[in-house]
Amino acid sequence: MFGYYLDLAWRSLKRTPILTSLMVLAIGLGIGACITTLTVLHLLSGDPIPGKSAQLFYPQVMPDTRSKTEPEIGFTYTDATNLLREHRADRQAIVVSNNIKVFGPQAGARPMSLSTVATTTDFFPMFDVPFRYGAGWTPTEDGNRARVAVISQELNDKLFGGGNSIGRNIRLDKWDFRIVGVLQHWQPQPRYYDLYGHGAFASGDSVFIPFSTSRDLADLGIEGNALDCWEQLTDQVHLENQPCLWLQYWVELDTPAKVSAYRDYLVSYSEQQKALGRFQFNGKPLTGLHDLMDWLGYLQVVPSDVRLQTWVAFGFLLVCLINTVGLLLAKFLRRSGEIGVRRALGASRRAVFAQMLTEAALVGVAGGMLGLLLALTGLWAVRRSPTDYAALAHLDLRMFLVTFALSIAASLVAGLLPAWRACQIPPALQLKSH
Amino acid sequence: MKLHPMIAALRRHKAGVVLIALQIALTLAIVCNAVFIIGQRVQRVNRPTGLDEQNLYLVTQQWVGAPTGDDADSIQKMDAMQREDLAALRAMPDVASVTPTNSLPLLNQSSNGAMSLAADAKLLDGNARTTYYFGDENFVRTLGLHLVAGRDFNAGDVTNKGFRNTSEPAVVIVTKALADKLFPKGDAVGKIVYLDGSGTPTTIIGVVERLQVPSTGSWAGTFAWNATIEPVRLNGNFSSYAVRAKPGRLLAAMKTTTPLLYKVNPLRVLDDDSVKSFADIRSDAYRADVGMAALMGVICLILLGVTAAGIVGLTSFWVGQRHRQIGVRRALGARKVDILHYFQMENLLIAGIGAVVGVALAIGLNLLLMQHYEMDRMPVLYVLAGVVVVLLLGQGAVFSPARRASNVPPVVATRAA
Repeated sequence: MFGYYLDLAWRSLKRTPILTSLMVLAIGLGIGACITTLTVLHLLSGDPIPGKSAQLFYPQVMPDTRSKTEPEIGFTYTDATNLLREHRADRQAIVVSNNIKVFGPQAGARPMSLSTVATTTDFFPMFDVPFRYGAGWTPTEDGNRARVAVISQELNDKLFGGGNSIGRNIRLDKWDFRIVGVLQHWQPQPRYYDLYGHGAFASGDSVFIPFSTSRDLADLGIEGNALDCWEQLTDQVHLENQPCLWLQYWVELDTPAKVSAYRDYLVSYSEQQKALGRFQFNGKPLTGLHDLMDWLGYLQVVPSDVRLQTWVAFGFLLVCLINTVGLLLAKFLRRSGEIGVRRALGASRRAVFAQMLTEAALVGVAGGMLGLLLALTGLWAVRRSPTDYAALAHLDLRMFLVTFALSIAASLVAGLLPAWRACQIPPALQLKSH
Repeated sequence: MKLHPMIAALRRHKAGVVLIALQIALTLAIVCNAVFIIGQRVQRVNRPTGLDEQNLYLVTQQWVGAPTGDDADSIQKMDAMQREDLAALRAMPDVASVTPTNSLPLLNQSSNGAMSLAADAKLLDGNARTTYYFGDENFVRTLGLHLVAGRDFNAGDVTNKGFRNTSEPAVVIVTKALADKLFPKGDAVGKIVYLDGSGTPTTIIGVVERLQVPSTGSWAGTFAWNATIEPVRLNGNFSSYAVRAKPGRLLAAMKTTTPLLYKVNPLRVLDDDSVKSFADIRSDAYRADVGMAALMGVICLILLGVTAAGIVGLTSFWVGQRHRQIGVRRALGARKVDILHYFQMENLLIAGIGAVVGVALAIGLNLLLMQHYEMDRMPVLYVLAGVVVVLLLGQGAVFSPARRASNVPPVVATRAA
């Protein structure tokens, strides 16, 4: 029966090419706009480390005396190293990055300015960073301020032709570092572990070195992009004792019990610091502990323009749908005569309803195909735009399927009212008037 | 023409009427807000920076192997290298004037702080937030700023310091916006201020009309016109220069800059982005806004097109359905123009209902956007213009089917349907 309806629908659509193409165009445009913006939104608000994000937390304390209602995003050196030393979470890491001049092993090569992360040993297991060769450095190397480095696969390809470069040296500014690990391609988007003062969709990091070493060689200048100080500085290079927020601190907490214990710990830490005269607050201290996805929302990682565009696209689809409802209604009712004859020959209302919906679905499939083309064009346009997430805008298989599902669902919804009206047509009246 | 029979006729097509009215209402709501967004973005993009932007370009470069220390010896060495560059750039035949600078408006790299009227204030307790520009005695002239009070820097005012050195200058020039904030009486010239909570007094010697901060981000929106110019060459292993080319010689000057600087000192890094015209800086800074405006524009046009097509489709159907009735009316003496007017009036009625609903939706949508996004209240003018547009759109769309209806010959009435 379905094949017959399909055949009828095809004939009917062919009979009114302009009306049909108008409907397909309307659905296609609406779907195209929606899929383009949904893909971008989906991409920007996706979980960068699925399966682990619920265990990763960003704590906040408030060491400065500025009157504020929110705890700070950045950490002072003192607080970050205090928390690291007290080691209350399952894993913890300080993170800070900057672009550093990096020289390859060849003599006379031009320096490259590469994003370099200074962090602590737990960084790699905590963020599930995959290694191709070697591994991260050890806690001992953290303690010894060892000049060791982990480099990205891309940098390893560039400098060492992709070979095993463990034990070889690279030069950061004036200092040589021994390579202890080479990553497998690792470029989570958004670059969630280092959002303070950086674009969320920056390209990946090339070099990772121990935080302690980066302080030992303070002239490297790995001090982040958002040095936020609340008093005059006495030293702009050695930031250890300066009243500045510039570090990030991540913890891994594996159970809910540990999460609530850590919350209490942040409060007691703040109170202890108040007793030492470092923190100033009245009543309860301001602290925070956000899990990863929460943290991305808190920092508004998804640009508000993108959300706005998604809403506009759905409004657009709605208008296109209403338009299609109107056109389908006109189209079905125009065929009152034909429907009357079918009804008189014994077709049930249900059969007429199914036939009309089949026709609507066919419009939906055609609209979906057009929408897919338009979405591919739209994403191509996004990729050419200067936004920092431009390169990520690709249609994946899931969105490909969503396109058709959405399109057919939309056209079926649009077809409901007209089909219902069509199957209400009484057989006798139509026969009489013709 | 009486509305009564028309309304009676429309009651027989409730679904169609509701659909068209709803479509018009939604189109009105979306188009009004979209056009408002376009207007806001265009306004943002078109606000003047205070610079004379033509013939201006920026050179950014890094030295390789320059001293990195903060000691006086290293600083003087770096300053000598910078002055060597400046002299070479100034000697170019296509160049009118050159100043060292740390940034430019719209460049989104800024050094910000606060200015206070009292010494040793806490940084955030300052009287006004400000951004800092560092340049020499040619800064005001090179950027084409308008001095409205006091005097410009002279060579004697200009000093140099390491870029990490936080000491404050003896004299500064401020923007009128900043001067008015600190000294509402308009007598800022000659007054003492303190920068970034320092204890060292600084004298305001001049006021420029307008100079935007480098950041276009919304976080800097509260002090977008508060700028302070310090007569200081910042020394580091990098430098940037704002260059004003002679009229019409911009491209020629930009082209010769890179080879010239390599000739002065080959040990430096200049890449494709190192020599950039201000026009490019501007278009980079606002590309996202222009993109958003363009997207909204396209959506508006398509939306209006889709709605018009929908009206044509449904009205055509009605005309076909009432073929015989039209014939009867014609046979009873109605003129062609009466039939035409009938359909036009009908459309006006439906579009009018849609527009009334649409006005409410448009205002509601605007309130919703104000709550969730950085959006201002939409002026009523936008809504009124939107109403006119959708009514005209309806009339335009209905014309062709109505014409077809008016061409139905009276003889149709006599034929059996």
